[in-house]
Amino acid sequence: MIDIIIGHYNYWVVIFLMMAGFYTVISQGNLIKKIAGLNIFQTSVFLLYISIGYVNEGTTPIIAEGYTKYANPLPHVLILTAIVVGVSTIALGLALIVRIKEAYGTIEEDEIHDQDMSL
Amino acid sequence: MIEQNLSLLLVVIPLLAAPITAILPNGKAPWLVTLVVTWLCLVMAGWQLSVVIDGSVISYELGGWAPPWGIEYRIDALNALVALIVAGIAAITLPYALRSVEKEIPQHQISLFYSAFLLCFVGLLGITQTGDVFNLFVFLEISSLSSYVLIAMGKQRRALTAAYQYLIMGSIGATFLLIGIGLIFAETGTLNMQDLHQRLQPILDHRTVHTGFAFIVVGIALKLALFPLHLWLPNAYKYSPSVISVFLSATATKVAVYIMLRMVFTVFSSDFLRITPTEDIFLLLGAFGVVVASFAAIHQNDIKLILAYSSIAQVSYMVLGIGLASALGVTATLVHVFNHALMKGALFMAAGAIVYRVGSSKFEYLHGIGRQMPWTFTAIFIAGLSLIGIPGTAGFISKWYFVLAAIEQQSWWIAIVIILGSLLSVVYMWKILEVLFYRPAPDKGLHVNKAPASLLVPMWVLVLANIYFGINTELTVGVAETAVKLLGVTAP
Repeated sequence: MIDIIIGHYNYWVVIFLMMAGFYTVISQGNLIKKIAGLNIFQTSVFLLYISIGYVNEGTTPIIAEGYTKYANPLPHVLILTAIVVGVSTIALGLALIVRIKEAYGTIEEDEIHDQDMSL
Repeated sequence: MIEQNLSLLLVVIPLLAAPITAILPNGKAPWLVTLVVTWLCLVMAGWQLSVVIDGSVISYELGGWAPPWGIEYRIDALNALVALIVAGIAAITLPYALRSVEKEIPQHQISLFYSAFLLCFVGLLGITQTGDVFNLFVFLEISSLSSYVLIAMGKQRRALTAAYQYLIMGSIGATFLLIGIGLIFAETGTLNMQDLHQRLQPILDHRTVHTGFAFIVVGIALKLALFPLHLWLPNAYKYSPSVISVFLSATATKVAVYIMLRMVFTVFSSDFLRITPTEDIFLLLGAFGVVVASFAAIHQNDIKLILAYSSIAQVSYMVLGIGLASALGVTATLVHVFNHALMKGALFMAAGAIVYRVGSSKFEYLHGIGRQMPWTFTAIFIAGLSLIGIPGTAGFISKWYFVLAAIEQQSWWIAIVIILGSLLSVVYMWKILEVLFYRPAPDKGLHVNKAPASLLVPMWVLVLANIYFGINTELTVGVAETAVKLLGVTAP
């Protein structure tokens, strides 16, 4: 039991971050907080991939004498791509928020909704 | 020789054209480059389909790395058909785009608009070409990010909030897909679809595989706007520029259906569907989607919104076909993917022509407009018949196959849902026609000109295609049947 909790602590961190980020996206009405939640959600997936690449007692995947076990570098490479995707998503989201602020004068979801309904 | 490289060229040419378009001066030049690129892609996609139509497969190894280590572009009849739909719709949309974009997009953003359009195009084409699940995720994000930009370019400020909402939901969907891919990668150590298929077969009962599958299906369902994950779609289609409504409604959700088919049948398998409740979930959500979205469409007072809700209903039909999980059901799905692109393309083009002349798609401004824009009105009428599924139109063929597939498995309630959906579409299409034709125009109503020819010609090409493919089903049904054989859909 303890082994499951301690031995997989990185996965517990992943699950906690995933749920925290996801909950923030759903529950917050502030557009920037939503984007922040989305960012946390995506980051948890990066951690998940890097955890998958870990090999017991393996070193960083650099060829050197005296080391034969390496962590799997493929997930790291994949996650570099996913980070780029994540950064562009966040940048685009924030750019949209700037435009929304200019058009509505607010970044609170319920106030934007009220303005749309009153037309 | 060049046939082997078509798959890569289809991705590389628009990808290179996108930054070139961005630095061109605003005006006609970016449009011309995009036009040439899309027609070139259409020719290549048609050529590709003609090569693989006999059931053969083209495999391209990127950078010379043999699969499963390197990324493989693997083209069979299914990929080629969906690529042809994407390229074909883009090529027909572009002549339409010139006037419409000049009117709806600010002058200084025109070259950036076409640049984003090309990126969206390359993303959708890339999804259809790749045989690597992670590469598929990257292309999905390329197309999604550029479509958020394109939607936000709509004239009204609500386009911004619609794009924002789509961004949040779309990113969650893509991240779910990424989690799912990570989990099956952890189980198998590979990302190549064919390799994944073989390695997953002995371990189909592992819980990680099931969890990964659930994440993948939910992620794609968000992109596909499957009920109840469809909330982003109506506003995104309504407030985006007309050209983008046409392009996205005819291609984006169809490509998502393609991803679903690939993931469910190529990566996992028919056997996997049978040991999980996936079929029943697809049937249930598909049936709810058809009924709920059709009723929602009836209650709208805006042409574009009605068409958007109708899109959700039509996509639900495709999910029903996947849920039936028989060769006939999946054939029906593929035929409907093709036919729905034709009918929704034509309908959104007609709605765009009305917006071009009137400036709004709300019913209150459109009373009697149909009499002043006869060609546009007739286009809506014929494409509407196709949407309903009247014999002699493309829509009838796909509805017919859906009903056949449902009867084959004796799921009578599915057959009833399909027919009910058609009846409901009569109601909402009638609502559009009634406002456009029978409502008296307001007395001091301004005179509306006919839509310009550059808008009418592409619209009518699609309308005539609706009739042509309703009579000649050799291409659609023939290719779909070949594709289904290659997918390995086995009868239950």
